[in-house]
Amino acid sequence: MLHPKPHEYEGHQPLLQLRGVCCGYGGKAALQDVDFNVARGDWVGILGPSGSGKSTLLKCILGSAEVYAGDVLFDGESVGRKRPRIGYVPQLETIDWQFPVTVEQVVMMGRTAENGWFPWFKKSEHEAAYGMMERLGILRLARRHIRELSGGEQQRVFLARALVCNPRLLLLDEPTSGLDIKTRDEILHLLDELNHQDVTILMTTHEINAVAAHLPWVVALNGRVVAEGTPAEVFTAPVLKEVYGAEIPVTTYQGMTLVAESPHHLGQTRASGIIHSHTHNDV
Amino acid sequence: MFEPFQYQFFVRGIIAATLVGGLCGLIGVYIVLRRMSYIGHGLSHAIFGGAVVSFIMSINFYVGASIWGFLSALLINLTTRKRKIGADAAIGIITTASFAVGVALISRYRGFTLSFDAALFGNILGVSRGDLVAIVVVGALVSVLLFVGYKQILFTTFEPDVAQFYGVPTGWVDAVFALVLAATIVVSMQVLGVTLIASAIVIPPVVARLLTNNFGKMILLSTGIGAFCGLAGIYLSFFIDVSSGATVVLFSAALFILVIAYSSLKERRVILPGFMGQNSKELEAKTEV
Repeated sequence: MLHPKPHEYEGHQPLLQLRGVCCGYGGKAALQDVDFNVARGDWVGILGPSGSGKSTLLKCILGSAEVYAGDVLFDGESVGRKRPRIGYVPQLETIDWQFPVTVEQVVMMGRTAENGWFPWFKKSEHEAAYGMMERLGILRLARRHIRELSGGEQQRVFLARALVCNPRLLLLDEPTSGLDIKTRDEILHLLDELNHQDVTILMTTHEINAVAAHLPWVVALNGRVVAEGTPAEVFTAPVLKEVYGAEIPVTTYQGMTLVAESPHHLGQTRASGIIHSHTHNDV
Repeated sequence: MFEPFQYQFFVRGIIAATLVGGLCGLIGVYIVLRRMSYIGHGLSHAIFGGAVVSFIMSINFYVGASIWGFLSALLINLTTRKRKIGADAAIGIITTASFAVGVALISRYRGFTLSFDAALFGNILGVSRGDLVAIVVVGALVSVLLFVGYKQILFTTFEPDVAQFYGVPTGWVDAVFALVLAATIVVSMQVLGVTLIASAIVIPPVVARLLTNNFGKMILLSTGIGAFCGLAGIYLSFFIDVSSGATVVLFSAALFILVIAYSSLKERRVILPGFMGQNSKELEAKTEV
């Protein structure tokens, strides 16, 4: 079980502020009227079903989605004006694992912009990358091809790349997606450790019990912010119904608020309908 | 064995083919890894249109065709980025339309004297001192640009969407790359011809990829393989009396078959530990490292 730091930003200017943001692609808004803050040292999870706008929200913070209304402020400044120092970890599913790069080459990519158009990296930058790989336990894999790693090791490589550019905010898109239980647990503990070392984390997830329930602060999203708060505050039947469009029972286990991930009401209705029609035919 | 080297045209031709082979091999690494292999084929067709327009407007071939090719490559990038069209479809539309412009102009202006065959299939006999200078200049320029922008281009090739979040000016990288690619194809046209350039861009990096997992090594290998295929292909073409461009391509294809057979055999050796005399304990020891 994780022991996350509490979400506190009273009296301080938040690191990231989204004020009435409406954003999307090609003139079509995927998110409407999004309002929430991320404080320094925070660990916030964006929870929602597929297509709820989680990844679009990250792209909006990174400045690649189109913002139609509202403001995205990083340290009080609009992200459109100045590129914020953000480390981004993409979904592992989007990586081309056949690409001929080693672990070290991927981690060094995090320093690309720091060095301008100088063709090679400085010694200090190599040392920073080695230090980060050691911190994340992947230094021994430095010369390996990225395809030769386990899921957890692959995630650590991309985390190391994000952290080596000394980001003020770490954005992760579904960091535990497709990982087995043990690896998912390892990654969550690693993020918890980083968060206790004052790394501010904002991540998306669609896993309610396995991931979101362990986080200190959760923002429930479905085209807009439906609710935000601690898991206990967000995981309520009305909020979950609005986010997922289904009745999801809520329970508690060892002080944690969890949900019963049973088939939703649409499935039940359809199933009962089939049974019903069979019964009718039988008669 | 050294008989062909008595002829000035052959010496010029073999130097040109070696340099062009190396250049195409170098640039091909980025093309193949971006999964845009078709762009070499398409862009060479597009540049054919530019070559015809330059001829009709009495503009220097290298200048006119390069600008045309650069604009076509930029248009492909722009179409792929801004619209819901895949790179393959964008290449197909823009480059064939451009090729059609060339064909239409040739049929319209009857006084057209540019050799169709030479443009389509290459003519090593026609490599002039000026062509050689153009190949050397473009080769040097491309090498310098790819060397200076190595890190940026590597990141943009690996993850084009993510690289921009890390401050890599991906728009500029793509524009410079389009220019470099257009220039490479323009100087390669005389040697390999419009229809055969694609293989010179695709085969060496694919062969190199089969031999290494390291990006830096892949670049060196692909450049070397491309240069070797150019040299050996032209040399062979003298003796077998076959078109120079076709011999270079056939030689590269033969090398590809050889390497793919070797790598398949190597993979089988790993999958079946007892195969070819390698025992499982040796294999375990290797994989542990």
